[in-house]
Amino acid sequence: MTGSVLFEVIAFLAGAVICVSIAKKLGLSAVLGYLFAGIIIGPFLLGLVGEEGQDILHFAEFGVVMMLFLIGLEIEPKDFWKMRKTILTMGGFQVAATMALSYLLFSSLGYQPKVAFTFSMAVALSSTAIVLQTLKEKGQLKSNYGHASFSILLFQDIIVIFMLGILPLLSNSQQTGNNDDHGGASFIETLPIWAQTIAIIASVIAVIVAGRYLFVPMLRVVARTGVRELLLASALLIVFGIAFLMELVGLSPALGAFLGGVVLATSEFKHELESNLEPFKNLLLGLFFMAVGTSINFLVIANNPALIGGLVIGIVILKGIVLFLIATLFRMHIDQRLLLTIALAQIGEFAFVILTFAFQLNILEKEQMDVLLVVTAISMALTPILALINERVVLPNVGTKEMEESDMDGVEKSKVILVGFGHFGSTVGRFLRTYGVEATILDYSSNRVDLLRKMGFKVFYGDATRIELLEAAGIEDADVLIVAIDNSDKAFALVKMVKKQFPHVKLMVRAKNRYDAYDLVNMGVTHVYRETLDTSVKLASDVLSDMGFRKYTLHRQAQKFIQSDEESLRRLAEQFHHEENYIAKSKEEIAAQEQLMVEDRERGRIDIDHLWDSEQMRLQKEERDGE
Amino acid sequence: MKTVLVLFAHPRFEQSRTNKALVQAAINREGVTFHDLYEVYPDFHIDIICEKKLLESHDVIIWHHPFYWYSCPPLMKQWIDLVLEYDWAYGPNGNALSGKTCLQVITTGGSEKVYKEDGKNVYTINQFLRPFEQTVRLCKMHYLTPYAVMGTHQITDEQLTRHVHQYDQILTKLQQGKPIEQLKNCVFQEDIPEELNMENT
Repeated sequence: MTGSVLFEVIAFLAGAVICVSIAKKLGLSAVLGYLFAGIIIGPFLLGLVGEEGQDILHFAEFGVVMMLFLIGLEIEPKDFWKMRKTILTMGGFQVAATMALSYLLFSSLGYQPKVAFTFSMAVALSSTAIVLQTLKEKGQLKSNYGHASFSILLFQDIIVIFMLGILPLLSNSQQTGNNDDHGGASFIETLPIWAQTIAIIASVIAVIVAGRYLFVPMLRVVARTGVRELLLASALLIVFGIAFLMELVGLSPALGAFLGGVVLATSEFKHELESNLEPFKNLLLGLFFMAVGTSINFLVIANNPALIGGLVIGIVILKGIVLFLIATLFRMHIDQRLLLTIALAQIGEFAFVILTFAFQLNILEKEQMDVLLVVTAISMALTPILALINERVVLPNVGTKEMEESDMDGVEKSKVILVGFGHFGSTVGRFLRTYGVEATILDYSSNRVDLLRKMGFKVFYGDATRIELLEAAGIEDADVLIVAIDNSDKAFALVKMVKKQFPHVKLMVRAKNRYDAYDLVNMGVTHVYRETLDTSVKLASDVLSDMGFRKYTLHRQAQKFIQSDEESLRRLAEQFHHEENYIAKSKEEIAAQEQLMVEDRERGRIDIDHLWDSEQMRLQKEERDGE
Repeated sequence: MKTVLVLFAHPRFEQSRTNKALVQAAINREGVTFHDLYEVYPDFHIDIICEKKLLESHDVIIWHHPFYWYSCPPLMKQWIDLVLEYDWAYGPNGNALSGKTCLQVITTGGSEKVYKEDGKNVYTINQFLRPFEQTVRLCKMHYLTPYAVMGTHQITDEQLTRHVHQYDQILTKLQQGKPIEQLKNCVFQEDIPEELNMENT
């Protein structure tokens, strides 16, 4: 059935467009949409794509590399250093415990020790692609469980290097030629151990040094040329370059890319690289998930339905137990525990690498490999479904409930809804409370929600952009919705939704900075509160006061400054188009800054009012007297 | 030695040549507390408890302010409204300020010529200051004849120096607990009804 390359491309793209749109419409994760698209176009349903699914999988794994590069960009080196303990303890425990338990499981199923060991290594790893993509989609990378997931995944990325190193030692036959397939065997394996070690250390140092002294100067030169696509080309060049170097010395390309990202996190090109690579990463990851879908071999399932079904369930439960244990040991909240358990319970894409490599080394038989490959793919496909059940059915009833019983008893709903109870929102809520105004609070941190409930606040737990939660919180009858979320993208999504669905609600929105405020004004929000405005003006007034200027004049001047800044915000918002391209965007931002400063200068240091100023009177009198 | 509290209220002090000179007599002076209201309460958020304590710990209160629209600047009025509480400063149990002395020191742009019946402003300074006078009386304090530096629009440096010297003399007398009305060359607005003042002393 499969025809030309062009036809396959069309099959993939059409599958993605149709399935992902449907998934999103149903409120499901995009990952799930891609997986189903893969299954549908795969060899066992429509057969639009054939056995080459495996090759596409290897190609699409590059999406994972890019993703880790992008994640690295968001983590500054000092933050990474702070995480080292969590990575080692959490990750170490997860890998060790999962391997031990699954080794017992496979041994008891009658597999040879070598096979059981290989399987247990594959099983210990989780899917970076699925987990991180889902976390990003839900904006929970910074939550407790997001942090734990990331730490464990990072550890797995490191440990996989050692796993691939151990595999050849388990081999039945002598080295089966040079497999430069994917990260396993490479030329440096011909070198003695000490040289290998040096090569590995040298390549890591090379990435760090190149990040500082090669990539940044290169990007500067490229930026000066002003050719947009060149920046994209250099971004890709950096990622491919790092990946190639890592494969050369047998390290995980994803890990190298992550390191490269961390090095570049403090450079001025951080946002530029992000905005350029983001669409590529997303497309490649989409392709990756579809390839996982196509690679589910339904023939193998049909032959051993009981074995496969049992293995999938057994492994997911086994991994889940270990994860739940870790979350308990690290004193995570019950909600976060469940989220972590479900999130990482699948076998990850590294299993494909380990299994095929072990097959090439004659450790596994074809049938054994196929079984576990299918189990891996199914467990990955299962993750978003389990997460959905967890979020919709389990979580609302366990631990921190979405809403408390008393809320359901038709207690009078508050006229004010406050979304986000972090540093900003909590101050708003506390002050409202001093007036006896009890806002209904929506927050996604379960620890905070529990505390607030203990203090007698009316709190709903969950993602505020979910329309059902807003409705449960009583948005139909609310007068005011205060948006105090830290994450701008979430805030914008919420604002857009409320504007469309509940136009009667008055929106009061926190803006992180001037540019977010422009966007909000352009969305038609009248009440925009910049968290950076009043405080900074206050600081400047205090400096001036220390320099000897009178406080009352400063006080009035500050009010005036804030007022004219608000006016200019509304005036300039129309001209401000949020450019996707970062260079153009930062140019625009600097132009906007300049315009502000010019206006400030024209207005003068102090907008002279002649209030209480007798100088004018004196001058006039002198003139009169002189006549 | 009597303790003196100068409550100074000027919204644009930095622009006032006259007052910058005058306050030199009161600032950094032993036994005199100079309390710059507009600097301490730029947002009009007056700390009432702190103000009451200040009042209680001084014998002589001076209201020092420019004369705007025939009255005091708004923060001074705010101060009076908030601090002079019922049953503390006045009322049946309001004896906190009883027996203290109060002097008003003002600066006016117009000269003595305009503050009289045939002048542009028709009334005298004392007539304009009646509400303050009565406020003080209600608080059972002794209201001294006000001291005014007038015609500040055209004041010469010599005249200003003389006024600063006079303010200094006034403060000395107040600290010594002696009457100030007999001070030579001082422009006091002397039409306070004597019999009313006697009532409270």
